[in-house]
Amino acid sequence: MDRRSFIKTLGATGGTALVGKRLRAENSSGADEPVGVLVDTTRCIGCRTCEEACAEAHGLPVPEDLDEDIEGVVRTTSEKQWTVVNAFTVDDEEIYVKRQCMHCNQPACASACLVKAMYKTEEGPVIWREDRCMGCRYCMISCPFDVPKFEYNSTVPRIQKCTMCWERQQKGEIPACVENCPEEALTFGKRRDLLEIARRRIYNEPDKYVHHIYGEHEAGGTGYLYLASVPFEKLGFKTDVGTTPYPELTKEFLYSVPVVLLLWPAFLLALSNATKREDDHERKIREIINEVGNE
Amino acid sequence: MNNNTNISSPGGFRGVLRFVLSELKPKGKMLTLFNVISLPVMILGAALLVVRFTRGLGSITNLSQDFPWGLWIGFDVVTGVAFAGGAYVLTFMVYILRSEKYHPIVRVTILNGLLAYIFYAGALLLDLGRPWNVINPIIGKSFGVSSVLFLVAWHFLLYMLSELIEFSPAIAEWLGMKRLRKILSAMTLGAVIFGITLSTLHQSGLGALYLMAKGKIHPLWYSEFIPILFFVSSIFAGLSMVIVEGSISHKVFSDRLSVRLKRSHDDILIGLSRICAGTMFVYLFLKILVFIHGQHWSLIDTPMGYWFLLEVIGFVLVPCIVFLYAVRKRNLPAVRIAAVMALIGIILNRLNVSVIAFKWNAPLHYVPSWMEIEVTLAIICAEIWVFRWIVNRMPVLNDPPAWARSRTNGEIKNVPRQKKEVLQPWDT
Repeated sequence: MDRRSFIKTLGATGGTALVGKRLRAENSSGADEPVGVLVDTTRCIGCRTCEEACAEAHGLPVPEDLDEDIEGVVRTTSEKQWTVVNAFTVDDEEIYVKRQCMHCNQPACASACLVKAMYKTEEGPVIWREDRCMGCRYCMISCPFDVPKFEYNSTVPRIQKCTMCWERQQKGEIPACVENCPEEALTFGKRRDLLEIARRRIYNEPDKYVHHIYGEHEAGGTGYLYLASVPFEKLGFKTDVGTTPYPELTKEFLYSVPVVLLLWPAFLLALSNATKREDDHERKIREIINEVGNE
Repeated sequence: MNNNTNISSPGGFRGVLRFVLSELKPKGKMLTLFNVISLPVMILGAALLVVRFTRGLGSITNLSQDFPWGLWIGFDVVTGVAFAGGAYVLTFMVYILRSEKYHPIVRVTILNGLLAYIFYAGALLLDLGRPWNVINPIIGKSFGVSSVLFLVAWHFLLYMLSELIEFSPAIAEWLGMKRLRKILSAMTLGAVIFGITLSTLHQSGLGALYLMAKGKIHPLWYSEFIPILFFVSSIFAGLSMVIVEGSISHKVFSDRLSVRLKRSHDDILIGLSRICAGTMFVYLFLKILVFIHGQHWSLIDTPMGYWFLLEVIGFVLVPCIVFLYAVRKRNLPAVRIAAVMALIGIILNRLNVSVIAFKWNAPLHYVPSWMEIEVTLAIICAEIWVFRWIVNRMPVLNDPPAWARSRTNGEIKNVPRQKKEVLQPWDT
C-alpha cells in the first residue's frame, strides 16, 4: 500500500464517520450515458443562426451584430450571450468555431460550488440553480474554459451560461442551436454515440480532419466534442487543460481534511496533557504546604 | 480609570443591561488624529456600500468576467485571514505547550483574531452577489461537500465561535459574572484544540481554493503545494502581525497595560521573532523545493520572474535575516522592521496568487477601483474602532479583576515565577 492509497483509505474511513458525503467527489456517471453535442467545424459556415436561436430560446437579447463580419475578432460568451461563433483564418481557409459551455463530465464549477447551484445533471448538461447560488463566483475561478458569466450590474445577479437547453430536453426537445443549424454542423446525442460518429468521420476522410476529437479527454472529457481540419490550438482552443478531471486537483486536499480533523485534536490533547503534569504536581505540593501550614 | 473591575452586586439582568449601556458611551478624547481621519473614511465607505447594494457589484468594483475575485477577496479575506493566524499559533504555545511567557498577550491576540474574522467574513458578504443565500450551506439546503469553499465557509464560522469562547472569559469579567466566567474558562482548552485544528485546515484551505485555477495562475506561483505554503506562511504572518499590533498597542494603550505585560513585552517580541525566523526559514526552504520541483528556471528571466524574486528574496529571505539579527542583538527596532517586511511579503504573496499572477497574461488586467480600496480602508477603520472600544473596557491588556485572579483554573495564572521556584515540600 503506497502513501497515497493509505491516505485515501484513512480519509475514506474517517470521512464517512465524520462528514459523510464530503468525500464523494462529483461523479457524473448516472445510470444513463450522458448526452452531448458534436460540433464539426468543417461543416460550419458561420451563419450564426445558433446564436440567434439560443437567444430566442432563453429570452436573451438577440445579438445586434448578426450581420457584421466576425472575422479577426475573438469574441467570448457573455452574461447576455451563451454561445458565440468565431472566425479563424488558417492557411487562407476560413474556419468557424462555435463556443459555449463544454459541459464537462466532471465539471470544475460543480465541484467548486459550495451550495450545488452549479449542478451536473444525470443526463449530462451542467445547469445553474438560482435558488441556491450565493454569488461567490468560485465557479468562474475554477472553470478551465472561463464559461460562467456573472451579472455585475444587477442587484439580483445571476450566473449565465449555456445549459444545453436543459428545459427543452426535459420536454423531449433537442437543444435550440442543434435544431436550427442549417448545415448539420451540430449533432445532439449520447456522448458515446457521438464519439463513434466522430471517429467514423475521421476514419472515412482521414485527410479532411486532424485525428483528434477535442473534448474526448480534455479536462477529463466534455459533453461538447469538436472535429476540425486544422490543429485545435490554431482555432483558439485551450490545449493546456490536460486530461485530468479538474475536481481531482482538490481531491487530495479534501481527503486530508478528515485525517487532520481526527488526528490533530488527539495529538493536541496529548501534547497538552504532557505539558500539564508539572503544573498539577506543583499544585499538589502547594496544597500539601497549605495543609501542613494550617496544622 | 479602571472602573470595570467589578460590579459589586450585578442586580440581575437589568443591572447588567444598565452597565452595558453606560459602557457604550465613548471614553477619552473624541478629537484625535485617528478619529478625524477614520470617521470620513467610514462614512464614505458606508455610502459606497449603499451604491453597491442598490446597483450591483459592477457599480463600484472593477471586477469583470475574467477577474471575478479582486481586492475584497485577495486582500480582505485571503491576506486578512493569514494576518489573523497569530491567534491559533499563540493559543498553541500558551495552552498546549503552556509557555507562560506569552500569556500576557494571548487575550489581545485572540481579540484581534476574532475581530479580524468577523470583519473579513463581513467583507466576504459584501463581495457575494446574492448574500441572502449565504445561509444555504449552513442550513443544509444543499451541502456542496466536494467544494473547498464549503470547508472554508464552515471553518470560518466554527473558528469564530471557538475564538469567541476563548475570549469570552474577558467579557464575563467585564460584566462581573463570576459563575459564567468559571464555566467559560473551563471551555477554553477545548475551544483552543478545536480552533487550532480548524485553523490548520482553513489556512491551507484558502490556498487550496486556487488549486482548480490551474493554468490561470502563473506557474511560478501555482503548484499543488499551495495549501502547505499558505499554512506555513500563516504562522509567521500571524506572529509578525502580533509584533506590529503589539508595538502599536504598547504605545497607544500604555495606560491599560498590566505591569506584567509592560515588563515582559520586549522579551515576548524577541521570542516571537525567533519563531518567525524559524518558520520563515522553513517556508523559504519549501518555496525553493517547489521551485526546483516545478523546473521553472527559464521563467526567472522574465518580468514575472523578477517579481517572484522580489517577493521571495526581498520580502522573505531579507526579513528572515533581519529577524535573526534582531534576536541576536536584542534589537527591537529591527524586530519591527522585519515584522513589517514580512507582512509586506505576505501581502505580495497572497495578492500574487489571487490577483496579480492570476491571468497574468490577460490583455486587460484587473486593477482595483479607488472605491474598492476605500471600502477596504473603511472596514479596517471600523475594526480598529471596535478593537479600541473593547480594549478600553474589558480586561484585555490589563490584568483581570481581583476576583478572577484568585483561582488559577487554566485561564489566567497569576503565580509569579519566583514564587513558583520556592514551592517545595521541604520549604515548610
